[in-house]
Amino acid sequence: MSYKYFPHTPSDIRAMLNTCGEKSLDDLYKDIPNGLILKREYDLPHAMSEVEIRRFFNDLGEYNRPLTCFVGAGCYDHYSPSVINTIISRSEFLTSYTPYQAEISQGTLQYIFEYQSMIASLTGMEVSNASMYDGCTATAEAMMMAVAATKKRTKVLISATLNPIVTRVVETYAKFHGITTDIIAQEGGVTSRDDFERKVAAGDVAGVIVPAPNFYGIVEDYTGWADFCHSHKTLLIMNCVASALGAIKSPGEWDADIAVGDGQSLGIPMNFGGPYVGFLATRKSLIRKMPGRIVGATTDADGQRAFVLTLQAREQHIRREKATSNICSNESLMALYVTIYMALMGSKGLKEVNELGYSGAHYLAEQLCQTGHFSLAFPDKPFLNEFAVKTSLPISDLQDFCAELGMQFGLKISDDTLLICVTEMRSKTEIDMLTDVIKNFIESAEEGKK
Amino acid sequence: MNNQYYSKLIFELSHEGRRGYSLPDNEFKEYDLASMPQNLLRQQEPDLPQVDELTVVRHYTNMSNNNFGVDTGFYPLGSCTMKYNPKINEEICAMPAFSGLHPLQQENTVQGALEVYYNLQRSLAEISGLSEFTLNPYAGAHGELTGLMIMRSYHMSRNDSKRTKVIVPDSAHGTNPASAAVCGLEVVVVKSRPDGTVDVDDLQPLLGDDIAGMMMTNPNTLGIFEHDIAKIAQLVHDCGGLMYYDGANLNPMLGKCRPGDLGFDIMHINLHKTFSTPHGGGGPGSGPVGVRAGLEQFLPNPRVKRTEGDDWYQYSIENTDSALGSISSFLGNFAVIMRAYTYILTLGRENLAQVGPLATLNANYIKESLKDCYELPLKGVCKHEFVFDGLKDKSTGVTTLDVAKRLLDYGFHAPTIYFPLLFHEAMMIEPTENESKETLDAFIEVMRKIAHEAATDPELVKSAPHHTPVRRLDDTKAALKQIVTFAELRQAEL
Amino acid sequence: MSKIIDGLFYSESHEYVKIEGEFGYVGITDYAQHELGNVVYVDMPEVDDEVEAGQEFGAVESVKAASDLNSPVSGTVVEVNEALDDEPGLVNKDPYANWIIKVQLSDASELDSLMNAEAYKNFIGE
Repeated sequence: MSYKYFPHTPSDIRAMLNTCGEKSLDDLYKDIPNGLILKREYDLPHAMSEVEIRRFFNDLGEYNRPLTCFVGAGCYDHYSPSVINTIISRSEFLTSYTPYQAEISQGTLQYIFEYQSMIASLTGMEVSNASMYDGCTATAEAMMMAVAATKKRTKVLISATLNPIVTRVVETYAKFHGITTDIIAQEGGVTSRDDFERKVAAGDVAGVIVPAPNFYGIVEDYTGWADFCHSHKTLLIMNCVASALGAIKSPGEWDADIAVGDGQSLGIPMNFGGPYVGFLATRKSLIRKMPGRIVGATTDADGQRAFVLTLQAREQHIRREKATSNICSNESLMALYVTIYMALMGSKGLKEVNELGYSGAHYLAEQLCQTGHFSLAFPDKPFLNEFAVKTSLPISDLQDFCAELGMQFGLKISDDTLLICVTEMRSKTEIDMLTDVIKNFIESAEEGKK
Repeated sequence: MNNQYYSKLIFELSHEGRRGYSLPDNEFKEYDLASMPQNLLRQQEPDLPQVDELTVVRHYTNMSNNNFGVDTGFYPLGSCTMKYNPKINEEICAMPAFSGLHPLQQENTVQGALEVYYNLQRSLAEISGLSEFTLNPYAGAHGELTGLMIMRSYHMSRNDSKRTKVIVPDSAHGTNPASAAVCGLEVVVVKSRPDGTVDVDDLQPLLGDDIAGMMMTNPNTLGIFEHDIAKIAQLVHDCGGLMYYDGANLNPMLGKCRPGDLGFDIMHINLHKTFSTPHGGGGPGSGPVGVRAGLEQFLPNPRVKRTEGDDWYQYSIENTDSALGSISSFLGNFAVIMRAYTYILTLGRENLAQVGPLATLNANYIKESLKDCYELPLKGVCKHEFVFDGLKDKSTGVTTLDVAKRLLDYGFHAPTIYFPLLFHEAMMIEPTENESKETLDAFIEVMRKIAHEAATDPELVKSAPHHTPVRRLDDTKAALKQIVTFAELRQAEL
Repeated sequence: MSKIIDGLFYSESHEYVKIEGEFGYVGITDYAQHELGNVVYVDMPEVDDEVEAGQEFGAVESVKAASDLNSPVSGTVVEVNEALDDEPGLVNKDPYANWIIKVQLSDASELDSLMNAEAYKNFIGE
């Protein structure tokens, strides 16, 4: 029975069974009623060697087509420095557990402390937790946190310009947690100020969730929104694209109460949807309402500085049903990922990434409009690196046409609207090539009409 | 060996003017971010370090030396299943043909990835004896929450809205009641019998038309198989509730027993426990959720479906109105899903069947080898883990915490301590199937040595650890001072 | 051996109430603070909140444990001990001097169902 992951020889097994006073491996299961024991082999493939495994996935990979990416909508194709992969592959980080034994987990604890510091600074907030699963669940947790912090209030407002993927998750959590949600209408691609004020003033609102930038890539103006919320004892929750915060006004600068979002845009590979990392940062006064783990600084028995999980009495393993959340693991390794990213990029690198994305996106927008078949969906609104265009072209056909030539052209968000993204990864050559492909499509479509 | 300079906080290594990145030149300078309304732009730069690339590499490499992983040594952490994380899994999940995919690409460009997702669902269904799975949940606790949402959706679909209570054993993982609370359910605790299993007599009066279901892990957190499980499942079903299986302890079941065959209706699986994906210092994990036939319509959106004809098949991503809603951005932690599928294919049917028995053998071997110097409250055969109630000789004043810390000095990770709460000095030990007899013997010898030290030189054990990067930490100071960022650390006196 | 003061009323969940006229000062007993260990946080209600006998009104946390606070009496919170926000460890130093909330009692007859010092002493087995 020898196998590479099992070191047991037949004589080991005999000796160990002997110590246990048992005769066979089956005897170790004699406490289980016989009728409940599985008496057949699993209906699964036979074992594969590494040679076969590699071949299997190489073959399967042929059915995927990684494309030159002109889509965002919650997942962004950003530059990932080579250093990161080298460090996070270190098995001391990769194969460790949650840092309960602080004396032999200072590596993990220290990077989480660095992560918390960087996220707090990036969002302009005072404190951050050790990370969450993703941006959607972090936003849902922020909603529950707002409800807990405002005691008896049970209503949360969500801007119509929030990414609908986030909204769906928030609404799901709300439905089961007993929270009522309502949508604040949008006007011309931005959240309606009138609808916001009317619905907050109606009372019983624990929190308001607004995006920065919003689903259409637009950077909204929230001047006065926090004051209005606070005058009604409502919390302002801002869902952000992490990378964008290197350039646009931070939640702290808007005086928001909770900043959440996905950290994927800080260099994490797209990975077909995960793993990413959610972030959640807030005011110090709300630290005990914050879900998830928190690392704090302290000293050891010799008086030297060290780090440790703290405020654990808020958490599920102690508070059980009264915990601030059921979350136990954070997304630790991905928190390390974005920590190294932010360390390498610094505030200047992050700003440069945004400048490149802004320039490329505006260049592509202009090229598209010049074809005469596209127009900006919200022409008077400022956008960063993502924008919505209207077109009379058949969108799905156009996307298939581009995909055949190796390009993912935007996300179809309605019958006549595409959401397009350009990051620092897209060169002028690639953008021009995309424009050419689209022109070819238009030409052949027009020829087809004739 | 660690360098003191590079082990400082990254902010303390920062020098104005250094940089650790390179980016292409801007080819479209005529479009300038500065032309955006000033009022929408950031006024104060984030306080991030300015460091060169080598400094970053040395800093994090030095920090990694202060960590202990499964690759470092034996990690008998109860209920965490710290098994070996095969390296081929890492290689496969990093293949650009998979890792470079955007989650919103058109379906016809991601058929290979969807096949991985679909096939892992099917494999987990076979292993668990359930009908359908979602791989969207990101972690065990997230799976629990998803499973409870399914439970509630089922009752709501039958307009049976008064079922708002869920029964949880007192020995359960803390996440069970916490997940129930997030899901809007009220927790009712059922007691354990002296042998650690659910007390059926205590359970019976709790059952009624307000019970949504019951959450159990089997074997339970004491490593004991719940031998009355069939009866319990029947009682809960008879009152109209559903049975939820917390898959944290699935490892010993591999090859021997399937939750679906025990009467469970819904379960989650921790891929980072049973299916060998790395814990990463606390995530990313993955917590797939399975259901028996008749509940699949409630699984969360999006789902992966397979359609086939005579000589073709294709995969699609679908959203339905009957689903409970969405609980994740996309299709879960796909890179973790890749690793778990690689693991299942690597072991195959013949080796997967050995996982449970060998993990169980290892646990029983340690238990029997140490029960003369550590207090074993529950006799008899255990499954993948077991609990000691501290040292047998309590007169020395040496606690479970002290033993745990002393183990670190000898190069072993500590067991899970002070859980479950049923015993005062609980020490929960879980070896896995990957550990050799020699490794276990070395651990046993050290545990005996610590018991001897406790008797002869208790101070040595009480002041442990002595040889770790840092000594015992002042938890109270951390909780009182609440220094959680570098900005606060700069201001504070520590 | 835990300190127990004559003249106070005690609950089974280890809170005491000290009566002064129509007001009661509620805190945790010396036995309770000892069981908890170093208190690092006291979660208190707000002034004007209503509390109900036997119902939870807050919590005390140590590093590794948390314990709900149940009010031994019903009434309105008229004062909370803000000193505990800055120095929760006062509860360990002297739990009887460092009460947690001051309540205006709505039903003094509830005191009859609480234990006196001697009964509480027996209750905790000392």
